[in-house]
Amino acid sequence: MIELLDVHKTFNPGRENEYQAIRGVSLAIEAGKVTALRGPSGSGKTTLLGLLGGLTRPTRGRVRLDGRDVSALSERFLTLLRRDTFGFVFQQFQLIRDLSVLDNVMLPAQPTGRSYAEIRRRALALLEDLGLAQRAATPSQWLSGGEAQRAAIARALINDPRVILADEPTSHLDSDLSQQILAILGRLREQGRTLILSSHDPLVFEVGLVERVVTVKDGVIVP
Amino acid sequence: MTGGWRRQRALIDFAVANMARRRGRNLGLFLAYTLVVFLISGVVLYGDALRREARALLADAPELVVQRLTAGRHDLIPAGWTETLAGLRGVTAVQGRLWGYHYDPALGANLTLWVPLEDAPLPGQVQIGSALAREKGLGRDDVLSFRDAYGKPFPFAVAGTLERQSELANADLMLVNEKDFRAFFAFPQGMFTDLALSVRNPREVRKVAEKVLERLPAARVISREEMARTYEAAFNWRQGLLLSVLSVLLLAFALLAWDKASGLSAEERREIGILKAVGWETGDVLAMKLWEGGLLSLTAFLAGYILAWLHVFHADAPLFTAVLKGWSVLYPRFALVPEVNVAQLASLAFLTVLPYVAATLVPVWRAATLDPDGVMRE
Repeated sequence: MIELLDVHKTFNPGRENEYQAIRGVSLAIEAGKVTALRGPSGSGKTTLLGLLGGLTRPTRGRVRLDGRDVSALSERFLTLLRRDTFGFVFQQFQLIRDLSVLDNVMLPAQPTGRSYAEIRRRALALLEDLGLAQRAATPSQWLSGGEAQRAAIARALINDPRVILADEPTSHLDSDLSQQILAILGRLREQGRTLILSSHDPLVFEVGLVERVVTVKDGVIVP
Repeated sequence: MTGGWRRQRALIDFAVANMARRRGRNLGLFLAYTLVVFLISGVVLYGDALRREARALLADAPELVVQRLTAGRHDLIPAGWTETLAGLRGVTAVQGRLWGYHYDPALGANLTLWVPLEDAPLPGQVQIGSALAREKGLGRDDVLSFRDAYGKPFPFAVAGTLERQSELANADLMLVNEKDFRAFFAFPQGMFTDLALSVRNPREVRKVAEKVLERLPAARVISREEMARTYEAAFNWRQGLLLSVLSVLLLAFALLAWDKASGLSAEERREIGILKAVGWETGDVLAMKLWEGGLLSLTAFLAGYILAWLHVFHADAPLFTAVLKGWSVLYPRFALVPEVNVAQLASLAFLTVLPYVAATLVPVWRAATLDPDGVMRE
């Protein structure tokens, strides 16, 4: 269970370009469910995902994971928590250029101290599962949009996290590829993982994957 | 294998992969780095080796050399001074030395004619330095002829060449016997070029020198220590000059390295953001970059140092000869004794590797301490 308690997030505080992205949001995410954040561009969905996943800290308010306040954790512990608990699928895939798909997938596990062989085995199994085994040695920039998104999902799963956060997972894909990605996300739900998506793609809400929709507008949750 | 080492190994693997991805830039840096280390190490290695060589040669030199000065210039010394100095307390031996210079117009070089105190060649014979033999294409039993003080041809039969190991000292040397020397230069009997003094107790050399000057105020006394200092000063000056010139290169490299290594591109900043977002700690990113900078700078340092070592000790250091050995027509070619000075190696590594690694770490640390959520907004 992840909870946001009266969370505010202000970027560039005290400067001319100060921007209040989240204004007093309280939200509870149920474990094992698929929650989607819906709203127009600039509404604060991505910032909310970042706060839920510990990528950024609230300017005010608290973030709790399983009842434990994680917003005050040191950078190091927050990173470890993020690495072990969350898997991120970013909007622009965010794969590292010139690095093979396999190396990209292995990235989050590299500093964990697990053996190289074990990490590699797991990465290859994930790529196999997502239909990308034959592309393991391909530099990431050579992948198509759908392949890149699947590689990003494999990377998000390498540390076997219980929560997957996906930011606009279908925004750069055509409807066929979007269906494929949503099917993969559906399988993750079946594995008992918690999924938090942000999207303004109607397809995401039509396929029956999402169990709860949270609408965000101008940094607040609208009922 | 422990988790800590596995983690480091993974970071090294990633660092290597990362360097391979930017191979053009890293190769350029590696080559520039290697060149700078090669030049600086070369000058230091060569200068040190020359100093060592000079010290080794001076080990056989007399403790004191006494010369006569007339109007402030070196003049011939009468044999009578030998008895005067032999009576000094602490002096064990006084020997008159005969040596002089002869300009060879064909070679355009000044040759040194020297009468050895022991094992002098037979009359009419000469032993010559390797450089002279090489330049004139002379071998045993060949005849070497110069014009003497009266302008008449004076032939010498080559009895042999001097050892190549001591070419620093004997490159332009001709060993002759006393009779030939005096005849060739019309050198008056009962006179010497200078006197060599042996002193019983090395700690009394200065005292003995003072006594020599008390007895012979017209003399100049040169101690072995002073000769060593003169060599040292000459090599230091030349080495300093060369290092000053090279420092411009070093500065240029420092600017290049700073620009290439420390100025993170938008792409690199994005990648650091990705690493942080997927679970790398700031320490992991820094460690990876430390490995990257360390591997590049250490391999370049070793490559530069080894190349400099080979250049100096196995290729006669053609790049530094003119400056460090000094100008000469008859360049001595001698094999310097190879030596790796650990303190010197550590200093060179400290001066080249550490600044580079530090220059790479600062901007990475700045980028790595930012919140990784920027990745989500790109």
